[in-house]
Amino acid sequence: MLSVKEYQTVASISGPLMLVEMVDEAKYGHIVDIELPDGSLRHGQILQVEKDKVLLQVFEGTRGIDVDNSTVRFLARPLELAVSPDILGRVFSGLGEPKDDGPPIIPEKRLDINGSPINPDARDYPNEFIQTGISTIDGLNPLVRGQKLPVFSGSGLPHDNITAQLARQATVLGKGEEFAVVFTAMGITFEAAQFFINDLQETGAIERAVMFLNLANDPAIERIATPRFALTAAEYLAFELDMHVLVILNDMTNYCEALREISAARKEVPGRRGYPGYLYTNLASVYERAGRIKGKKGSITLVPVLTMPEDDKTHPVPDLTGYITEGQIILSRPLHRKAISPPVDVLPSLSRLKDKGIGEGKTREDHADLYNQLYAAYARGKEAQELATIMGEAALSEEDKKYMEFANKFEDRYVSQDYYENRTVEQTLDLGWELLSMFENVELKRIDIKLIEKYMPRFRKQKKSN
Amino acid sequence: MSNKKQPRIIKVAGPVVVAEGMAGARMYDVVRVGNLALIGEIVELNADLASIQVYEETTGIGPGEPVVNTEAPLSVELGPGLIESIYDGIQRPLDLLVKKEGEFMSRGSVLPGLSRKKKWHFKPTIKNGQLVEPGDIIGEVPETTLVTQKIMIPPAVSGTIQKIAEGDYTVEQTIAVCVSEDGTETELKLMQKCPVRSPRQVIKRLAPNSALLTGQRVIDAFFPIAKGGTACVPGPFGTGKTVVQHQLAKWVDADIVVYVGCGERGNEMTDVLIEFPELKEPRSGEPLMKRSVLIANTSNMPVAAREASVYTGITIAEYFRDMGYIVALMADSTSRWAEAMREISTRLEEMPAEEGYPAYLAARIAAFYERAGRVKCFGKPEREGTLSIIGAVSPPGGDLSDSVVQATLHVVKVFWSLIGRLAYQRHFPAIDWLTSYSFYKEHLKYCFEDKEQGLEMEQMTVQAMSLLEQEAELLEIVRLVGAEALSPRDRLTLETARSIREDFLHQNAFHKVDTHTSITKQYEMLKTILHFEKAALAAIDAGVETAEIFKLAIREDIARAKYIPEEEINKITEIRQKIDEQMKQLKIADRV
Ligand SMILES: Nc1ncnc2c1ncn2[C@@H]1O[C@H](COP(=O)(O)OP(=O)(O)OP(=O)(O)O)[C@@H](O)[C@H]1O
Ligand SMILES: [Mg+2]
Repeated sequence: MLSVKEYQTVASISGPLMLVEMVDEAKYGHIVDIELPDGSLRHGQILQVEKDKVLLQVFEGTRGIDVDNSTVRFLARPLELAVSPDILGRVFSGLGEPKDDGPPIIPEKRLDINGSPINPDARDYPNEFIQTGISTIDGLNPLVRGQKLPVFSGSGLPHDNITAQLARQATVLGKGEEFAVVFTAMGITFEAAQFFINDLQETGAIERAVMFLNLANDPAIERIATPRFALTAAEYLAFELDMHVLVILNDMTNYCEALREISAARKEVPGRRGYPGYLYTNLASVYERAGRIKGKKGSITLVPVLTMPEDDKTHPVPDLTGYITEGQIILSRPLHRKAISPPVDVLPSLSRLKDKGIGEGKTREDHADLYNQLYAAYARGKEAQELATIMGEAALSEEDKKYMEFANKFEDRYVSQDYYENRTVEQTLDLGWELLSMFENVELKRIDIKLIEKYMPRFRKQKKSN
Repeated sequence: MSNKKQPRIIKVAGPVVVAEGMAGARMYDVVRVGNLALIGEIVELNADLASIQVYEETTGIGPGEPVVNTEAPLSVELGPGLIESIYDGIQRPLDLLVKKEGEFMSRGSVLPGLSRKKKWHFKPTIKNGQLVEPGDIIGEVPETTLVTQKIMIPPAVSGTIQKIAEGDYTVEQTIAVCVSEDGTETELKLMQKCPVRSPRQVIKRLAPNSALLTGQRVIDAFFPIAKGGTACVPGPFGTGKTVVQHQLAKWVDADIVVYVGCGERGNEMTDVLIEFPELKEPRSGEPLMKRSVLIANTSNMPVAAREASVYTGITIAEYFRDMGYIVALMADSTSRWAEAMREISTRLEEMPAEEGYPAYLAARIAAFYERAGRVKCFGKPEREGTLSIIGAVSPPGGDLSDSVVQATLHVVKVFWSLIGRLAYQRHFPAIDWLTSYSFYKEHLKYCFEDKEQGLEMEQMTVQAMSLLEQEAELLEIVRLVGAEALSPRDRLTLETARSIREDFLHQNAFHKVDTHTSITKQYEMLKTILHFEKAALAAIDAGVETAEIFKLAIREDIARAKYIPEEEINKITEIRQKIDEQMKQLKIADRV
């Protein structure tokens, strides 16, 4: 048994931080219980120890804590999650405690929520195509099992619909294996969380889901721990119970704000926009827990959601996220205004792991060339659209007009689809060819001529009529 | 002192630990920290207090736990067994760690950088009784099908060689004895240890004098890097820094490649680990892995070890340079290295300079790139080695005024600027041709056996670049007054520039043929594009409509020339003949 020691030597409290003195044998990163005079409990974690002085962050905040009458209990262990197969179907608080009416979890074991880094040599490369039924993802930015692909959104944009659609429709082609979903709420509204949960209930996926909920009115500092609980659960399900897990972290901007609050309270030298200089490393310690491991059947696919303050993708939260994740799906306010839904901003969206998940035997041989060409044509069309708004359509060359027409059609038919429309990858690919059929071969430089002859509708028809 | 305090921890703040009772310790000594014996390095000394950066996660460590000084500086093991290895930032073999500890990194593990069991065949190149000095090559070990390690006399050892003999040795066994003038005997091994934080010594530094070819067209033709040169690749996220680094690691015409994944993604290292044993080095047909050393300290691994990783990498690279090899080192990303420095510095409560970075940031960056170069190595036989460094930089928001970018631009000679606009169009490599530069352009012409061809290539790249600059100006005009304002010649300039961009600069790293282009094929491709322009100009002057010219079927062949395999390179020459034929047809048709 580890020894638990109690102290009543709180020296000072400031913001979410608390300093305790005359402590013996405190260890960095370990947790404490703080008992208030009324018997209620708060939870804290050691941020720094110097001789007998211990600096704590208090997850529930320090409001109402008093220096003289609080008891701090050093638990001599890091934050842990009690796991067993029974966590499936359960709802937990942002600090990993059961929050539904279910029975307590009888732990198979307790896991340190910080986990350990996956040895890079033990990783297996994510290369199994996930069909999401959404063309802008499947056709242009395919997601693979074990990838981390965030959704960059803005306030008021429909990221909840997209993540719900993703969770509803995602399947690995030909395998019929379903995902277990770990849904993690950090500071989002009750309504937003409920929207997602209802969706899981309707499809029955709720039985294969685990939820960690820290809602908008829950303690903010707690959010620092919430995604780590979620990923610990995911690692357990994936690497010990062989499940394929889809983790949704919503909303990472709130998580980063909690970090910023702690950093400010510690009077650390602030980095950009007041976020701490170690934000990159901190986010990486969350995101890099996604992936596959050689010799293990399960996988963790991670979809963090974040709102870009002022729709600015250079804001530190999206910026540093983009530097860590394997691509990003960006939502666009102008498209949303044009009533194009889902309003995926195709050009700056990216999936970096697509290349090994597509092609012959996975999706179809023409996939890579096709998306390259769609991108090139759409980029040119977008430029023409912009030129037209400045100069008027009349000033466009014939070529530019054609590309603009393409861009418009592309947005209306390819980008736009219903939240309940589940397109197969073949449908998505064929739609791409249909849209490209307005161009001559010479304009389709990025596609192998043999593929054009095989898949382009004008040639297909010829073949049929022959 | 009699009542000397035992070294023990008094403070833990993230990756930095302070210990007391450390009197007598030296800066950069390696220490073992706490009950778990975590590996750390002394980075600040103050009376008997030492601040230690710990290379492993410090959770669960606290005051009162012991600290043990190993009294040796942070070093790497150099010798047979480096090639094909994958190490963390402090040279722990990651593959062996998986076997020993499992898929997740555990703490306090020590494994030597070089295998103690494996035997290597050593063949002396000198005889007993010969006099030797530091750097002299005394024998060879065939390490892989691509790399022969030269075994060198370590620094500060000289004398007469005795007991040297061909045979199979582990890295710790004695392969020879060196007897100095005063009679002291030094046992020579296949392995040497070398501290990482200071450069390995050389006789003389020389200016780079030849291009390091990469098979990447925009780089080789327009912004080449030199053997012994330095380059940086800044750009916002997702613009292709890592792909550029990977492409270089694959196709660069170097003998040895050291790839440092510094604070980046785990899967990117997996990618290398899966691909390199499969892909063939173009000249020898041997797997690329047979010339590569990988260092992987990913973003979720401890920051202090990330800080050390670039030094571990560069010291290994210098070691091969000293054998007389052409070595290239890629570091992805130096920004993550700088951030690690910043984090340690913050925890040491040092005075921050710009953006919270320590005041010595620029000096450290400069000192790192200074370790590149073409050098005259110590020892006999006389030899030259080169070490090129290519560093990725990841500025916040892609903003080039960032401290790390600026400090890097002060020292490097090649700047490949990746920009979001090109990446969004999927124009890859997204290197901005208008702002990038290279100070090594003059070396390109010497890459050709035929001197005339070299000069012609040089002249063509100047012409192509000028067309691209004109394009930028013309597009500005179009934006102001519309496309009608353009003369036929202007239209041709725009089309040729487009062709240079799409048919030459654009290169798909994931296409079997396009991934790599020999310099001869680059010459043929560029020549063909410019040939079309010349022929078209003549046709325009003869009164042919530009629309007719742009519709010529041959343009499709020009666009697809990049996919012509190297063995069928003469097909590109044929395109030029067809251009002439088709243009001729046009002029005739026009007259009729
Ligand atoms: N030469 C290329 N050919 C084809 N695709 C490319 C090329 N260069 C980059 N890409 C595409 O761009 C994506 C992003 O490239 P990369 O991962 O190298 O970006 P990065 O600049 O390293 O980003 P980060 O800073 O986030 O690490 C790749 O996954 C790939 O899809
Ligand atoms: Mg990268």
